[in-house]
Amino acid sequence: MPGLSGMTGALAIAGVSKRFKTKATTVQALDNVSLAAAPGEFVCLLGPSGCGKSTLLDIIAGLTAPDTGTVFADGEPVKGPGRHRLVMFQDSALFPWLTVFGNVMFGLKLVPDLTSARRTEIAMEHLRMVGLEGFARSNIHELSGGMRQRVAFARAMAPDPRILLMDEPLSALDALTREQLYADIQRIWMARRKTILLVTHNVREALCLADRVVLMSASPGRIQEVFAVDLPRPRDVNGLDVAEMAGRIMTALRVHLAPGTAR
Amino acid sequence: MKRVAIAAAFFAALLAGWQLLVMRGGFSPVLLPAPLDVALYLQDAWRDGSLTTATAVTGRRLLLGYALGVAIGLPVGLLSATRPFVQDTIGILALGLQTLPSVCWIPLALLWFGQTEGAMLFVVVMGTVWSVIIATETGARNIPPSYARAARTMGSEGFHKWTRVILPASLPYLISGMKQGWAFAWRSLMAAEIYVTILTGFGLGHLLHYGRELNAMDQVIGIMLTIVAIGLLADKALFAPWERFLHRRWGTGAP
Ligand SMILES: Nc1ncnc2c1ncn2[C@@H]1O[C@H](COP(=O)(O)OP(=O)(O)OP(=O)(O)O)[C@@H](O)[C@H]1O
Ligand SMILES: [Mg+2]
Repeated sequence: MPGLSGMTGALAIAGVSKRFKTKATTVQALDNVSLAAAPGEFVCLLGPSGCGKSTLLDIIAGLTAPDTGTVFADGEPVKGPGRHRLVMFQDSALFPWLTVFGNVMFGLKLVPDLTSARRTEIAMEHLRMVGLEGFARSNIHELSGGMRQRVAFARAMAPDPRILLMDEPLSALDALTREQLYADIQRIWMARRKTILLVTHNVREALCLADRVVLMSASPGRIQEVFAVDLPRPRDVNGLDVAEMAGRIMTALRVHLAPGTAR
Repeated sequence: MKRVAIAAAFFAALLAGWQLLVMRGGFSPVLLPAPLDVALYLQDAWRDGSLTTATAVTGRRLLLGYALGVAIGLPVGLLSATRPFVQDTIGILALGLQTLPSVCWIPLALLWFGQTEGAMLFVVVMGTVWSVIIATETGARNIPPSYARAARTMGSEGFHKWTRVILPASLPYLISGMKQGWAFAWRSLMAAEIYVTILTGFGLGHLLHYGRELNAMDQVIGIMLTIVAIGLLADKALFAPWERFLHRRWGTGAP
């Protein structure tokens, strides 16, 4: 079922809770979390370590089942993983036994109704998009961390998912590489308008990329506050407007984190 | 090129030392034949076909048993890595039996199968299968979980996930396990051929055995050299390409 505007990629999280029981303790990772994203919206999840951001992404991806509540992707309840919701991981999770090209082709080969010529074309298109067309035949271990995340981005975009889930994709990179990737992600998102949910610890990263920033709090994991970001694009992480708004969010973060957690 | 020269010089020196030892005298030719005698034996054995036939017989047994061992070991190892039931049963069995030297299977094989090809096959399979199971299991267990998760989101499930993700992801472990399996298979077959006389074909082990019975030391040493050469050749032909692949893709291991 396509979204209202005819675009696909609508996401609705309705009352999702998840509890983890281990021998030592029981953790309420998510407590009645509800959130909606319009088709083509860029949402950033921000919150302290352990507030359930990765768990929420896993549940949306269909890799983990929630205890209660449902995730709807384009109106359909999510029952398991599906290639309309692709994930980009912090450690890139590229397959070392395949070349760069082979990695981008992996997901494409699982998309039905494409000729192999068309698949090759799409793969090369996406490598060009992230500026790595010259590295199609390279091996993964020969790439830098930043290049790996670019390949992972191309791999996740190539099968044309409706929703892209990114779990701290840039947190392992140095500041300069990260800034380049902010520019790339903004450019590609503006051209392709995917619904993106990106998890980050970095307030300015969230403000540089998102339409909305969702602030979460830990134990139990809940949505604390939602900020709409109306800054003009493309944005600069080091821009004044971003810095000014980051200050406001940091204040809110401190207020929410003040009781209990001393971070 | 330099490394080839070093290797050539080393083996030439080894042969020269051997020849010198023989020429110095004091050793009965029954105990220490000259290198030339060994070469002559090998030439004769090659000409009259006994060496080639024996090599073919041994090679067939080895390849058949090894292939069977791998064909059983791979899927069982994968199952053992993912199904607690298989791990608690076959997994533990494999762990135990892997420590058993494969020669120990020979008495059992003789009692069960008699002096037949079946006994040979059994010994080779027992030598191979346990270490392949253990290596596959270890490999599959050590795959970063994000590989399988990424694959699943892209729509890879079931058979596709096993053959396109789990298996290639555990390749570094698999290759070393299959190499170890190969070494065990080779050793166990030689032991079986030396101990078990069967009429359906004389292998290299039998030639070695009869060389000793006939006090033909040139034959014994000649066959030993053949066995070493086959072992080296198999390593280069079967595993070197895979190891180069590992090195190229993962960027690890020796070139
Ligand atoms: N498989 C699991 N078993 C037990 N507890 C888990 C499991 N996965 C997550 N948890 C717990 O759930 C809580 C939320 O974890 P989660 O990984 O979602 O946090 P996060 O917000 O992504 O943190 P970070 O920012 O550090 O990545 C944590 O307290 C964690 O210990
Ligand atoms: Mg996380």
